[in-house]
Amino acid sequence: MHEYSLIQSLVGRVEAEASARGATAVHRLVVSVGELAGVDPELFQTAYDTFRAGTICEAAPLELRRVPARWTCSGCAREIPRGEVLHCPTCHLPARVAPGGDEILLETIEMEVP
Amino acid sequence: MCATCGCGDAKLVPVEVHEKILAGNDRAAQHNRQHFAEQGVLALNLMGSPGAGKTALLEATARTVHGRWRLGAVSGDLATDNDARRLEAAGIPSRAITTGQGCHLDAELVHHSLHDFPLQELDVFFIENVGNLVCPAIYDLGQAANVVALSVTEGEDKPLKYPVMFKAADLVLLTKCDLLPHLDVRVEVILDGLRRVMPQPEVIRISARSGLGMAEWSGWLEKRKAKVPRRTANSPTHSHARESNAPEHHAHEHSHGDGTVHSHAHEHEHAHEHEHPHEHAHHASGTGRGHRHEP
Repeated sequence: MHEYSLIQSLVGRVEAEASARGATAVHRLVVSVGELAGVDPELFQTAYDTFRAGTICEAAPLELRRVPARWTCSGCAREIPRGEVLHCPTCHLPARVAPGGDEILLETIEMEVP
Repeated sequence: MCATCGCGDAKLVPVEVHEKILAGNDRAAQHNRQHFAEQGVLALNLMGSPGAGKTALLEATARTVHGRWRLGAVSGDLATDNDARRLEAAGIPSRAITTGQGCHLDAELVHHSLHDFPLQELDVFFIENVGNLVCPAIYDLGQAANVVALSVTEGEDKPLKYPVMFKAADLVLLTKCDLLPHLDVRVEVILDGLRRVMPQPEVIRISARSGLGMAEWSGWLEKRKAKVPRRTANSPTHSHARESNAPEHHAHEHSHGDGTVHSHAHEHEHAHEHEHPHEHAHHASGTGRGHRHEP
């Protein structure tokens, strides 16, 4: 249940950005959640809907973009099929996750600026 | 601009941030990493399910490396300081971090516990995380490596069920291996699962009770320890807010996500030729200069 503490960081970050830009309201947030980011998207959404009350995000819907985890060879970049051993059979090199697949990122804040 | 009264229409502005939500934690972790580096301490984040044998493993480690390395630990638990007391009894100077309902340690919690910890006297510092195979995985604490304890009694499919945790692991200690003759669990299946969630799986079969694997584990520690630069505390690169290089007493003040602000005093010697990896708002405070960490 670390989703609540993540929402706290998210709202804090949005508040800081809004105040730095003198925004009067926040209209929408876009967050991308990687499949291997260790975050449950439904739980994250629920935590956001609970926590945003009384904050600058109160009226701002949260759009979650799910990013699937794609593993590729760190040498030849070939894709390792889902569920397979994370090792390239050709190059004998370890696989790595394509960007976004293991991160949770605040992408966009739509705000109202006078 | 509004044509009627000149009040100015508000504009909708999409601000592209593209920043990790955990960026604040990552900055705090980087700060911890600097503390560890200055003291030449190998810091390890030990994670695993409740009951995986994390504390027993540290007790056994203390016996194995006795007289060779000095160990220290902070131990995260929801409600008790039992683990820290067990570690103290095993000869490992320890602090408890009681998290209340918190399911994981974060970098600020660890930072807070570091300030009165005699890191300079240690060779290896363990951060025994809250027993949990989910939440701790995504919080960087400033460690040099993540070690995950997985006991053979937990079931063969744990790696596939908790891929995020095992992906974060630099080493998996397969604990309680002395019990294998009494179980139906197939170690091969566990290892196969690890290969599907860890690109470079490194596994040691271990038993805190029988001593199996303890030599291999201390060999791994030795290898990791060798990569840690020697202690630089007499001329640290990590520093806070001042000009001269003389040692002084100063206070840290920082605020946490829950709105609390606290400060604590400590002594370091400072050199000041570098940039901070985190943002400080500096404010002079008489003879003791302080700084504030902006979360």
